Amino acid sequence: MGIVSPGFFGRRRQGDPALPPGQYLTESFPVLSAGPTPRIAPEEWEFTITTETGQVHRWSWDEFLALKQDDVTQDIHCVTSWSKLGTSWRGVSLDTLFESVESDCEFTMAHSYGGYTTNVPLDDLLGGKAWIAHEFDGEALEPAHGGPARLLVPHLYFWKSAKWVRGLELLRQDEPGFWESNGYHMYGDPWREERYW
Amino acid sequence: MRTGWRVAEVIGVSQETRTARTLRLRLPGLTGHRAGQHVDVRLTAPDGYTAVRSYSVASALPGDELELTVEELDEGEVSPYLVHGVSVGDQLEVRGPVGGWFVWDPADPSPVQLIAGGSGVVPLMAMIRAHAAADPASPGATAEFRLLYSVRSPDAAYYGAELDELAGSDLLTVTYVYTREAPAGSPVPPGRLDARALSIAVLPVSANPAFFICGATAFVETVADWLVQAGYPADRIKTERYGGMGSTP
Amino acid sequence: MTDYLDGNAAAGPLSEFFAIDVTTARGRCLHCGRTDALATAQLYPNSHGLLLRCPGCTEILLRLVDTGDTVCLDLHGLSFVELHRD
Repeated sequence: MGIVSPGFFGRRRQGDPALPPGQYLTESFPVLSAGPTPRIAPEEWEFTITTETGQVHRWSWDEFLALKQDDVTQDIHCVTSWSKLGTSWRGVSLDTLFESVESDCEFTMAHSYGGYTTNVPLDDLLGGKAWIAHEFDGEALEPAHGGPARLLVPHLYFWKSAKWVRGLELLRQDEPGFWESNGYHMYGDPWREERYW
Repeated sequence: MRTGWRVAEVIGVSQETRTARTLRLRLPGLTGHRAGQHVDVRLTAPDGYTAVRSYSVASALPGDELELTVEELDEGEVSPYLVHGVSVGDQLEVRGPVGGWFVWDPADPSPVQLIAGGSGVVPLMAMIRAHAAADPASPGATAEFRLLYSVRSPDAAYYGAELDELAGSDLLTVTYVYTREAPAGSPVPPGRLDARALSIAVLPVSANPAFFICGATAFVETVADWLVQAGYPADRIKTERYGGMGSTP
Repeated sequence: MTDYLDGNAAAGPLSEFFAIDVTTARGRCLHCGRTDALATAQLYPNSHGLLLRCPGCTEILLRLVDTGDTVCLDLHGLSFVELHRD
């Protein structure tokens, strides 16, 4: 630890039991930006799931909206230490999207418009734990927050909830995504503080 | 200079405006700095939490001292502490001064056009001070300097008395653009800088000036675009957009 | 408007790696071939790491992640770096 600055507390960490270790509570919704924000028109948007055999399951925006929609309220935890509790989302459960998908793989890579990738085990996407979300707080998801649609995997650090998601690729072996290949943890459980390798 | 985190001592503080304070630091081992460089400042809370931000150096001093002018940002995490919480005798962790690009070199004889938006005047002030203190034999010492300073109101301007004094010599011309509130009796109403006012205030294309522009991102991009449209070569325009270093350590 | 800064501001974190100020070095973008001082690159500071992007094509030139114990540098977007001795 460096020189401690007396009277400096920074953004206060809080003792709320809903907060994982090392997190502080925020009411705002900070935007982390690693590049230009992709702007995807709904008519251009599609979402795909690609299996190990090369089979592609594909949904247009209208087909995606016609699927069963879930309204969920979840706590989210960013690896840069902010947490936001009780956020409201609307989207399609990955259970719904995987209903017709046949695969023996245990791992997935999420791919986004703009080139971002992140790896998530398939088990963490199924069982009511993950969604493709297209509304936040009752409004269409803004591009800055990943609109038209983002992956939402709230039980992992939020970098796993890929913004501008366009597809999932099923993988036999775990592979690192964009940040995982440069220091970030392969799994990213906020309760175990799995921030880095 | 090879850097890393080092401990600086605060040896002076002075209020620059209602919301900005100048900190004078002593950084043992420092042997001067280049005009336009910045330092990273790291604060550590008692529980180990750290926050890092970059601040431009305002001074042009030869030895182991330097000055930072810090504007308190709304919702800021580090700047309120530096503006209100730090006293003479306190220690701060500092990396730098660093940055060899956005710097004025006394060996360059080019005329210099500085353009500041708000607290973006800080690194430009270091250049003005370095110019004023330059060895008369150096090629840049007699170069023409102009500062175009866009600022909200007269009481928000930094370094007023010193700039008035330096502008009294024939080395420096200072033009203020007041965006919200002009001084009493000013013939020009307050308003944002526009392309026409810019073209009148800055050194002409024929002088082939070196530009240094510092301010908020929107200000810097707009001004740089106007200059390129007016025919100034893009490779003579150096920019420094300011902002925090974000939340990464 | 964009929310990036100039590559200048990366000089501090990069000084942990390089004995010289690498922001003044000219780097060639692997993707589009543009060659310019790294100080002119687009720096995205509000991210999970420090990221420099090419001002020509916005592809990534460099990534730096500081995990506290380690600093990880990824230079794979730069095909070439040229430094002038003063």
